Amino acid sequence: MSDLVHLTIDGKPIEAPAGTLLIDAVRKYGIEIPAFCYYEGLALQAACRMCLVEVEKMPKLQTACTLPVAEGMVVRTETPVVADARKAMLELVLTNHPLDCPVCDKGGECELQDMTFRYGAGEGRFNETKQHIDEKQWSPVVFFDRPRCILCYRCVRICNEGMGVAALGIANRAVTSEIIPNEADHLNCDECGMCIDVCPVGALTSGPYRYKTRPWEMDHIATICAHCADGCKTTLGVRNNSIIRANNRDHSGLNGDFLCVKGRFAFDYGASQERLQTPLARVDGKLEPISWTRALKTIAAKFGEVRQRGGAFGVIGSNHTTNEENYYLQKFARQGLGTNNIDHHRTGDVITLIDALAGKGGQLATVEDIYNAPAVVVLGCDLSHQHPMLAYQLRANVRHHQAQIYPITPGPVREDNQATRSLRVDKGGEVEALGSLAAELKQAGGVVILYGDPVKGDAVRKLVDFGESLGVPVKYVALVDYSNSRGAIEMGLTPELLPGMTPSNTGGMRIGQMLASTDLDVLWVVGANPLKNRAALAGKPFLVVQDLFRTETAEQADIVLPAGSAYEKNGTVTNVCGQVQMLKKGIGAMGTKTDLDIFALLAKEMKLDLGPATPDALLAEIRTTVKGYDVVLAVLATGGAAMTGVNGPVAIDVPVDAIHSANDTMYTSGSISRYSKALTSLMEYPGELYSGKSK
Amino acid sequence: MTFSPELEAKFDKLMKSYPPGRLRSALVPMLLFGQDELGSITPELIDEIVNRIGVTRLQVQEVLSYYSMLHTKPLGRHHVQVCTNISCLLRGGDKLWDHVCERTGLKNKEVSADGQVSIEEVECIGACSWAPAVQVNYDFHHNVTREELDRLLDGLEKKQ
Repeated sequence: MSDLVHLTIDGKPIEAPAGTLLIDAVRKYGIEIPAFCYYEGLALQAACRMCLVEVEKMPKLQTACTLPVAEGMVVRTETPVVADARKAMLELVLTNHPLDCPVCDKGGECELQDMTFRYGAGEGRFNETKQHIDEKQWSPVVFFDRPRCILCYRCVRICNEGMGVAALGIANRAVTSEIIPNEADHLNCDECGMCIDVCPVGALTSGPYRYKTRPWEMDHIATICAHCADGCKTTLGVRNNSIIRANNRDHSGLNGDFLCVKGRFAFDYGASQERLQTPLARVDGKLEPISWTRALKTIAAKFGEVRQRGGAFGVIGSNHTTNEENYYLQKFARQGLGTNNIDHHRTGDVITLIDALAGKGGQLATVEDIYNAPAVVVLGCDLSHQHPMLAYQLRANVRHHQAQIYPITPGPVREDNQATRSLRVDKGGEVEALGSLAAELKQAGGVVILYGDPVKGDAVRKLVDFGESLGVPVKYVALVDYSNSRGAIEMGLTPELLPGMTPSNTGGMRIGQMLASTDLDVLWVVGANPLKNRAALAGKPFLVVQDLFRTETAEQADIVLPAGSAYEKNGTVTNVCGQVQMLKKGIGAMGTKTDLDIFALLAKEMKLDLGPATPDALLAEIRTTVKGYDVVLAVLATGGAAMTGVNGPVAIDVPVDAIHSANDTMYTSGSISRYSKALTSLMEYPGELYSGKSK
Repeated sequence: MTFSPELEAKFDKLMKSYPPGRLRSALVPMLLFGQDELGSITPELIDEIVNRIGVTRLQVQEVLSYYSMLHTKPLGRHHVQVCTNISCLLRGGDKLWDHVCERTGLKNKEVSADGQVSIEEVECIGACSWAPAVQVNYDFHHNVTREELDRLLDGLEKKQ
């Protein structure tokens, strides 16, 4: 496949690997061949006839989307004959197209509009009355307008091949053809909205977005999704300080074109009616609004007094706050408050992996590795639910590279559909079961192993020993739950480790101990909800909670501070693979402050000198002082993902009992999802792991 | 659901007729044979086929809505199909169709009250060389004249 062939396009000599399709080959040379049905990475359709080009020595116009390049081929992509053909195709496509562009959501970013503009099919010879069919709502997030549909089948293919869901099909034939959902009049699917994203026209539209704005009236702000650990880039469409939609508009970032239901629709939690907009303090047993000034002064006075008399602090950090915030919080705790009682909800065993790989280097897989590996093993995780983007990469790997897939899980998963072999084992038995695959994995010549929370402690070491024994390149991903779970560990939000996984060699309480302790004078909870599923605290510490909502934990607090969401701040986060990406502030929320601003104001109030507290200054400090985080700023600043290089050995005892995934499904997101109308309105919400729901 | 031994035998043969991973190719013949036995394609038949060959209901729906010879409502015992496509039209197929409508008092795709006869105006049935052509169930009738059509319909009534 890698042999280059030479051909001539529009008089320009070009080269491309043998087997490349003409439509792809020319792109690199700045030539665009238009197409509606062609979609990179999906099966070929050749239905729309827009990509017709002239090829010398071929009798008729050829479809560039199905024609592989050949040596000596001479192609012309824009000639009067080609333009006429495209114009005629447009005339046909527009026969029953409603031309309701002025009110169509797609207007302004519609491929059909663009093509009509380009080829000037301004008049049609078909003057029959247009057949109207009422639009249909298939789910709270997906609407279908049949007359606008040009039958390119992109939605059907993305759902079938890309998602492995196959919720869309085609009914009838010829002019009566229409896209149909799997449950006759509604969808039962991932609700990911990929079908909406790939639709070249306005046939499939998004429930939350429709009729809200015109595309050119929004600011488009590329940031990183606030939910799971995969770290998808999502472009927020912002108007009047509110997020109207999220999509990965330019298909850049780790996720390419992909976004799941959370990335595409669950940006709305920040706009929930239940959002806190003012600090609250406990007065006569009830939480009452107070001013920021009084809240901060009260906390600073209490913190100062407890520190003065050598009292005990406990600090619980977040899986969602930025690296800069986490870094500053641990500095605040360790230097400012003089405590090592700092922890967060640990969702996967990254630490043992880093230790076990000490001195080896280059064995942490990136998202790209998951797309390219000859074999991928998934241990103890329902990947399509818990890591939708990694699962999407996996499916693409199977389609494009015929990768071998081995899910080893307690129940059925979607990956079974493409698996070379699936193994069903009880939680904890994954690594042992892996032994039977040794020969196959060796033969594959390269493996990426993804493991969920059942694999921890010694099991991780056994896993790495197994990987080493294969004698082929093996890379690993320790699966964690949330948008910055990885960053929380690596920025030092555990008693055992300082930033960069440097052992602290100091004792300190973990979450469980803090909640059970009767000796704590202060418990400071930042963006976490440790009391979600448990009774009240054992002791009576002064409880300070920073959060967006009155969570179960906030309800118990003495003071609650309203914090900013991930879409309301700048900073960096580290994804499940250890790749750092930059958040970009999309909007602000009235009455709230970012966690970093809250820390900084508290530090100022307490007259602590913890250094500058802006995202930029802290990133600079992290890059120069935290092991493994000397990432290239230019990569981050241009929207790229920079791989970190945190290295072992990490000579500590990993408290494996503290590690447990929250087992979120694709429709849930810890304590956040219940505030997202988009998620809670879905009939599939909250979903179930290992139910094998799919094709 | 249980089928006649003959139909089961046909299904079994179909299940073995395609290479591994290509079992969905059995969908169209299974629908047709099932329709022959049951009179139409019922939800129960669809469930059974879905379970046997591992396609989705949506895929069955796609095929079902595509092919005009697959029916979800019962047809008459004798399904009279008159071709009015180009060759038959040139040789008087449209007049035959009018006559069938008039004589039976039925409209396109309607079934007689006693369930014995249904009529359908169909596109090309591949009998252009002997146009106009009429198909009753699986039997073809070539070079059909109005008189022959009457005899044919009389015959159907006698068969009752």
